[in-house]
Amino acid sequence: MGLELKNLYNDFRDAKTIKAYAKLIAQDAKKLPRPINIMEVCGGHTHTIMKYGILQLLPPNIKFIHGPGCPVCVMPKERVDHAYALAMQKDVILVTLGDMIKVPGSNGSLQDARAKGADVRFVYSPMECLKISKENPTKRIIFFAIGFETTTPMTAALLEQVIKQDIHNILVHINHVTVPEPMRVLLSDDECNIDAFLGPSHVSVISGSKIYEEFPKKWGKPVVVSGFEPVDVMESISMVVKQFVESRCELEVQYKRAVTYDGNLNAQKLIAKYFEKAPHFRFRGLGDIPEGGLKLKKEYDKYNAEVIYDAILPKEEIDDHKLCKCGEILKGKATPPECSIFGTACKPNTPIGSCMVSSEGACAAYYKYGNLL
Amino acid sequence: MTNTITLAQGNGGEENNELISNVFYRAFENEILAKSEDAAVIESGKLAMSTDSFTVSPLFFNGGDIGKLAVCGTCNDLAMMGAKPKYLTCSVIMEEGFELNQLKSIVESMKSELAKNGAVVVSGDTKVVQKGSVDKIFINTTGIGEVLQEGISSNNISEDDLILVSRDIGAHGAAIFAAREGIELETELQSDCESLFSTVEALITNGIQITAMRDATRGGLAAVLNEWAKQSDVCIEVEEEKIPVNQYVQGICEMLGFEAIALANEGTFVLAVKEKDTQTALDVLRKFHPNAQIIAKVTQEKPKKVILHSSWGTKRFLETPTGELLPRIC
Ligand code: SF4
Ligand code: SF4
Repeated sequence: MGLELKNLYNDFRDAKTIKAYAKLIAQDAKKLPRPINIMEVCGGHTHTIMKYGILQLLPPNIKFIHGPGCPVCVMPKERVDHAYALAMQKDVILVTLGDMIKVPGSNGSLQDARAKGADVRFVYSPMECLKISKENPTKRIIFFAIGFETTTPMTAALLEQVIKQDIHNILVHINHVTVPEPMRVLLSDDECNIDAFLGPSHVSVISGSKIYEEFPKKWGKPVVVSGFEPVDVMESISMVVKQFVESRCELEVQYKRAVTYDGNLNAQKLIAKYFEKAPHFRFRGLGDIPEGGLKLKKEYDKYNAEVIYDAILPKEEIDDHKLCKCGEILKGKATPPECSIFGTACKPNTPIGSCMVSSEGACAAYYKYGNLL
Repeated sequence: MTNTITLAQGNGGEENNELISNVFYRAFENEILAKSEDAAVIESGKLAMSTDSFTVSPLFFNGGDIGKLAVCGTCNDLAMMGAKPKYLTCSVIMEEGFELNQLKSIVESMKSELAKNGAVVVSGDTKVVQKGSVDKIFINTTGIGEVLQEGISSNNISEDDLILVSRDIGAHGAAIFAAREGIELETELQSDCESLFSTVEALITNGIQITAMRDATRGGLAAVLNEWAKQSDVCIEVEEEKIPVNQYVQGICEMLGFEAIALANEGTFVLAVKEKDTQTALDVLRKFHPNAQIIAKVTQEKPKKVILHSSWGTKRFLETPTGELLPRIC
């Protein structure tokens, strides 16, 4: 595989283009009747904005609100405890994706479980579970699946292989969440101060831009589906501002390189084969969100760790630390420095809330990049 | 700190520093150790001494293996204090079942790397432990070197210095990630694993006044610059676009969500050099690696901090990496 990614990103970090957008945005922003608050739904965007110093390029009447779009941040404690409990079972190998390992549960994180002797592994792709299962035929492999629309098809593809190859020692624990439902919940809040959204492009690579159609139409909030490079984000901001200046309210796609209206229909079919909407999914900080997550269909119960280990999995909902303001932050009502323990008791290596853990969390982004100005 | 040791405490970043200062420095406290240099300068400045243990997975990677690493690592620590590596010890812990052929080839590469440094192994030890007690093989090397230029120290950096890097960064970390199980990328990328003494010797014979040198191992360039800013109580201001990053390394970073600046190196070093000497230093470095570069200046803007300037006029702090390096989720 030739990694000629250079051409792919170089243009999208081009200083001249970024500066040109900054100028354009500043000019258009002068015509705005009032300041606007743009919510970047996705934590990936939060990081682009902080890491590349994009806020420093914007006029004061354009503000950003950070959204709930990070699968690690929105995972409620009781689900982290599920992962911990499963990891501590005899002869279990708990497999999950990157950052999840660091999220604190009530007994500790998966990293702590590992230090106590549990076999916890992180993988780059769920497909690696197949290999782990072959190498450990006497163990039970549990894939703790997390992520928004982006990672769901990979979990479905894993299940497809498990069934096709008739593998008996792989189970899944499903924590897949979806983007539009929490957006709706945020907008229904009386104190909502969101004027427009940036939608994450890779969610739409799978689900299409169509999932955001209701927001301009029903809720009167423009959405621009945006890529993650600084040029992408600057162009998207400029598109949002233009809509306000021209009194339009539309769904637009900045990231035309890969996003279509319908998205990846094969991936969607695969997801529909194995998953259905969970009636409720509790989001950390946001509470119960109707249809906010997915669950494995009943007919696949024998692959469902939540069913098979039902007896040992904690059931009660567990709230976050009293001082943690993650809930407010995930709703866009507060910024990380407004949390009283930000950067003191709560730091990346001693996190109190998961917004500080996830490499896409808003608190982590502020901690890492945000303390200069 | 947590009550049990976590992997993050070995990452060369913030948790690692915390562990070292709270446990080891507190117990062993003495003037030499407190300087916290790459190697200890002893015997009134005549000798330098350093030790390091090596564990790496996979044991053999593009551009090197654990044996080459074990010699380069210790010799480079000596070289970074302006010392010529002379005598090394080598102690090995293996698990039962380890293949003799692998061991032989590891020792062969130690031998050839020793030759490059003009150093010899003068004492050693071998332990074999039950399968599973160690991950295949651990190697410890300790080295003593003769100091050729005195006074090199990361505590003396001032506004008269400029900061240079000897070549493109992050190649070792990226090569190891690419070779890890589950990623196994095919790439032309090679670890930068290399002995640095000859480069250092060339700098010294060309009369460069070196303020500080450090090889940017775990924690990468980000960790070195932060340590220097703290130890010398200065602000280091980096031009991000000046930092040389090879395109394969950048590609791997894009895929996995890393920053090259936090990735480990095994043959890349950072120098603080008096401004008047920088051009000569750059010329010497470029004889060894064409992409050596001046990357930063030293100021009093925000003492103890590293500031990264983007080419489009924004800036941010560059922090010491924290935690275990984990690839992003999506
Ligand atoms: S899953 Fe996608 S949408 Fe969510 S935080 Fe990660 S990058 Fe953003
Ligand atoms: S700083 Fe920590 S405790 Fe405060 S909101 Fe963020 S994650 Fe929660």
